[in-house]
Amino acid sequence: MRPALSLRLKQSSVLPGFGVTLGYTLLYLGLLVLLPLGALVVKASGIGIAGIAATATEPRVAAALKTSFGISLLAAGVASLFGLLTAWVLSRYDFPGRKLIDAIVDLPFALPTAVAGIALAALYAPNGWVGSLLEPLGLKVAYTPLGIFIALVFIGLPFAVRTVQPLIAEIEGELEEASATLGASRWRTLWSILLPPLLPGVLTGFALAFARAVGEYGSVIFIAGNLPYVSEIAPLLIVIKLSEYDYTGATVIATIMLAISFSVLLLINLLQAWSRRRFGHV
Amino acid sequence: MSDLSAALVLTDSPQQSVVTESKLIRRLAISIALVFLLLFLVLPLVVVFVEAFRRGLAGFLAAFQEADALAAIQLTLTVAAIAVPANLVFGLAASWAIAKFEFKGKSLLITLIDLPFSVSPVVSGLIYLLLFGAQGLFGPWLMAHGIKIAFALPGIVLATIFVTFPFVARQLIPLMQEQGTAEEEAALTLGASGWRTFLTVTLPNIKWGLLYGVLLCNARAMGEFGAVSVVSGHIRGLTNTIPLHVEILYNEYNFVAAFAVASLLASLALVTLALKSFLEWRHGADLAGGTHR
Repeated sequence: MRPALSLRLKQSSVLPGFGVTLGYTLLYLGLLVLLPLGALVVKASGIGIAGIAATATEPRVAAALKTSFGISLLAAGVASLFGLLTAWVLSRYDFPGRKLIDAIVDLPFALPTAVAGIALAALYAPNGWVGSLLEPLGLKVAYTPLGIFIALVFIGLPFAVRTVQPLIAEIEGELEEASATLGASRWRTLWSILLPPLLPGVLTGFALAFARAVGEYGSVIFIAGNLPYVSEIAPLLIVIKLSEYDYTGATVIATIMLAISFSVLLLINLLQAWSRRRFGHV
Repeated sequence: MSDLSAALVLTDSPQQSVVTESKLIRRLAISIALVFLLLFLVLPLVVVFVEAFRRGLAGFLAAFQEADALAAIQLTLTVAAIAVPANLVFGLAASWAIAKFEFKGKSLLITLIDLPFSVSPVVSGLIYLLLFGAQGLFGPWLMAHGIKIAFALPGIVLATIFVTFPFVARQLIPLMQEQGTAEEEAALTLGASGWRTFLTVTLPNIKWGLLYGVLLCNARAMGEFGAVSVVSGHIRGLTNTIPLHVEILYNEYNFVAAFAVASLLASLALVTLALKSFLEWRHGADLAGGTHR
């Protein structure tokens, strides 16, 4: 007979090992994830709301946060648009090399960020392959905010493609056939029949790309130029504050970034719940 | 009427029917997507290898004859050799508890396991400094006892475990949930021990998913930059991993060496992608559908 508490906690099962595995999971999670994150919360609450507000409104900190969030929004938007197009092309059209292209979409997940960073910087520098083509047009990419934008699109792209792709595969052929037989033009079918069910995927991809972009460090710092007030991102400012032993300043920026990325996470969950109700899939 | 007849034949030839775009639009869309992907994905990869061999094979190899480079490679291998098995064991334990049993607070637990993915790498490093750094919670105590965690191997390992924490678990949980408990129950009824059931029934069922998770976990563990950069202290030859060594070489304008060492990590990424695609193609059904991150 099990003790009453455990009966209420879990449904009975003949499989062994629940106590050991759950205990280990909670211990490992507690020590390696929750305790360190707790240290941040403790440190932040020691600083207090007034202290956080004071640091957050320092011109250099405010500028870095604005740069990070502004460019991340823009980059996530562009990554979502091209991600939707890429997902559509990869799922719906057949062309040579499609499988290879499909595999390479995951490159930003697999390529270490520092490698991506120096590669993008080398490409878009004024003497780089792409940079030297843009220079005569008066377009400077590397060492400007535009460079940050390029790096964040790179990092966000796979999120945008991979959240939409399964939804395109799920589209039922009957719907567009019906739409076509009822006389709708192809554009009308795309716009009012095919696009709406993809929207939750596009939005989820956008949110994931945005959350990743805000925290991104390695792929950005080499191409950004890191000019305070212009092209300095919030994660870099954390590193700078740490190298000056300003743990308080670093903690404040980290707390703001965490608060925003958790809000985004919550938004994604709400979005998916809404999508399940509205469209019957995630 | 012509629309209807076109719709009727479309099941035989979907490419030429009303349920796709005109040829011109298709070509245009493919071209735009390909140019975009070429510019954003292919060129960065190619430039790494071109720059690495800018001064020929000798220049490339010279980068690996430096003691600091070898120390960095050794450190990265050591870190991955600790962090990946640690998260592998955790992933197995967590997925067993979550997928094979029903208990309260399960969805909260899954959310908490995913948490490290939504934390910036730099913040992942910072939180360990707040615990173990000189000004950290345990800093004075550790210092008094002569234990070094921050700016040393243990700190690098901890930060790496944090950023790669969810990989194995999030791959195995949906897979094991889908497989249910019937096979394990049968084995137990037939008299197998719990361990024997796990080793001979559960493990063979999840091996491809496990490999997939380990592969992604390892790639991230060896390539992590932001988190490790914060906790390592950048002590050359001592606490520099491969990505940190790349940064130092690049900032010293030693571009050929930087890209040569970077090409090692890029090759790892390519091998990871190739194995990943192979697993998806060959064992897609055993990986549980739709688990793309």
